[in-house]
Amino acid sequence: MAGRVRELVRGEPVVTRNMPMGRALNEGLRRAMTEDSRVLLMGEDIGKLGGVFRVTEGLQAEFGEDRVLDTPLAESGIVGTAIGLALGGFRPVVEIQFDGFVYPAFDQITSQLAKLTYRLGGNTPLPVVIRIPYGGHIRSIEHHQESPETYFAHTPGLRVVSPATPNDAYWMIQDAIASPDPVVFLEPKSRYWPKGDVDTSVPAGPLHASRIARPGSDVTLAGHGAMVTTLLDAAAVAEAEGTTCEVIDIRSLSPVDYGPLLESVRRTGRMVYAQEAPGFTSVGSEIAATVMEHCFYSLQAPVLRVSAFDTPFPPADIEAHYLPDVDRVLEAVDRALRY
Amino acid sequence: MTAGTRDIYDDTAIVRFLDADGTWAPTPAAEPYLDAIKSLDDDDLQTLHRDMAVIRAIDEQATNLQRQGQLALWPSAQGQEAAQVGSARAARAQDHLFPSYREHAVARVRGVDPVDILKQMRGLSHAGWDPTDPKNGNTHIYTLVLGAQTLHATGRAMGLRFDAKCGSGDPDRDEAVIVYYGDGASSQGDVHEAMVFAASYRAPVVFFLQNNQWAISVPVSTQSPVPLYQRSAGYGIPSVQVDGNDVLASYAVSRVALDRARAGEGPQAIEAVTYRLAPHTTSDDPTKYRSRDEEAGWAHRDPIVRMRAYLRDRGAGDEYFAAVDEEAAEAADDVRVRTAALGSLGPDDLFRNVYSQVEEALEEQRRWLAEYESSFEENLS
Repeated sequence: MAGRVRELVRGEPVVTRNMPMGRALNEGLRRAMTEDSRVLLMGEDIGKLGGVFRVTEGLQAEFGEDRVLDTPLAESGIVGTAIGLALGGFRPVVEIQFDGFVYPAFDQITSQLAKLTYRLGGNTPLPVVIRIPYGGHIRSIEHHQESPETYFAHTPGLRVVSPATPNDAYWMIQDAIASPDPVVFLEPKSRYWPKGDVDTSVPAGPLHASRIARPGSDVTLAGHGAMVTTLLDAAAVAEAEGTTCEVIDIRSLSPVDYGPLLESVRRTGRMVYAQEAPGFTSVGSEIAATVMEHCFYSLQAPVLRVSAFDTPFPPADIEAHYLPDVDRVLEAVDRALRY
Repeated sequence: MTAGTRDIYDDTAIVRFLDADGTWAPTPAAEPYLDAIKSLDDDDLQTLHRDMAVIRAIDEQATNLQRQGQLALWPSAQGQEAAQVGSARAARAQDHLFPSYREHAVARVRGVDPVDILKQMRGLSHAGWDPTDPKNGNTHIYTLVLGAQTLHATGRAMGLRFDAKCGSGDPDRDEAVIVYYGDGASSQGDVHEAMVFAASYRAPVVFFLQNNQWAISVPVSTQSPVPLYQRSAGYGIPSVQVDGNDVLASYAVSRVALDRARAGEGPQAIEAVTYRLAPHTTSDDPTKYRSRDEEAGWAHRDPIVRMRAYLRDRGAGDEYFAAVDEEAAEAADDVRVRTAALGSLGPDDLFRNVYSQVEEALEEQRRWLAEYESSFEENLS
């Protein structure tokens, strides 16, 4: 195994490796499949091809065609049969090829999968993971760059999570697979390729927990998925300008772990939420409302949202105008500071 | 006969043993299935009849309970007892059944307490029973979104194949799945996707379509210009059309199909041609869309009357029929008494089983609701 020994914990070498998120997911899936023979992968083109983003590369060769299924092209069929497999004791991990292709499976996810635990009275776990590459920044064509997280976060019974770093991707995919609840696992596709350190020996923390990505004291910046990197970049620029921002990676979009966020906002008195999804009735809207309810007397400024506009995802040629970036985050930080 | 459909009673290509009046008259298509019912003795035949008679009485009682305000809704299965009892009795103990929402006879045959079905219709549950409880005979809960359960059943069957729980050649060990849906659901995409997946993975699943002629007010002719069983061929799934009002025929084709699936021959399909004697549900008014003549025509093909005539012909006497009538009446009374005594849910039940662990955000809402509601009690005192 290539890698460098970073430090010693309890006398054992801890191996940290630098890899992109796509690779981290691949290794996380491999580890989950190795540790539990009931884990199987299903999706279009995930076997021989290894998925259009190569996240499942090599897994079919390693685990066989009954553990890594190249399914027919039918999203409702993929999710619906995964439910049946889960009822039979399997832990299916489904890949939806692109965000905009998840809608044919919408009933099976929101009306069937999400509700079965509730309907069945808790005795039947539904450990289905639905992996969806989501979000923009890759200049792709229609239906290939959407942010559908709100639809799923709005549905009780689903866990909706999104890793922002390769390390989180490695651990969160394993936690999602281990969860008895259905998990919509949103992979920020623009983060598939940049590398980051992955510590394969120390778990990244519970699936549902928010994470402080950067400590700071003047403004709280929060967000999920690809926007966490944008927030960190914005925080670095703000720091150079004399403002220290605390960055919170929400990680779990539903249910949300509010603890670290509320604590942060009570200290800073200012908060900006950033997301790639349109702002209207979004995860950011919900989090902003909750923070205002809980931190009213600590706030020095209204909670601000930096979102995409309330339009369909535009042609890629103008996506830079649509998606929030470092400057739009900094503009909101400036506005928050002016109150 | 029914709008746009040919009359199956002019058709010898359908599997039927008993004529509409209960006379033993196998069609040519039924010949290959004779072996499947040869082993049934008089006790077995009477069990098929008794199942149908008892569930009919329970169904009538449930309709009454709805009229009396005890249930929000009742989707009657009257007229479809033969299709359901025959297929459910053909399943082995280790098989898995996925009903739609009208399979009351299927559920009861597999051991589900009818009162558990009424719980859902009374607003006390979204399921009513636990499929993992052995007393419920591997019967999955009802699914109200049309056709969605055909995918769950197919996935369950795929799992059986991956686990090598079919195809060993030992019918006492091998397992299969049977899934129920209707002529209306046959238009749903999920049914088609289920057949694609079932065929692709040679899943041991039997698609059991109860064609009761009407999807609420829409006739089967609007769903399909060809007999529905013919569609399965396009997926590479062998299929058969059976007289769904002949419990012997329903039993025989189901038994053969389940045996084939269990033996590793892949998915099978059955179209049981039957008729919904009652409204779609208690909220429906079929007088607006179908004729009295049509209803009367099918009433003469009532599956219970037919089997009763056949049994009488084989020597069953008044004593037997009186005992069945008594059992049916007692079962119906029992359902009425126990339904009224079901009790009610409390506000905490809102929050149970949403996730496998307690979530703070939900727990906060539960606590808030408890305090809010108890504040009214304090004001009263």
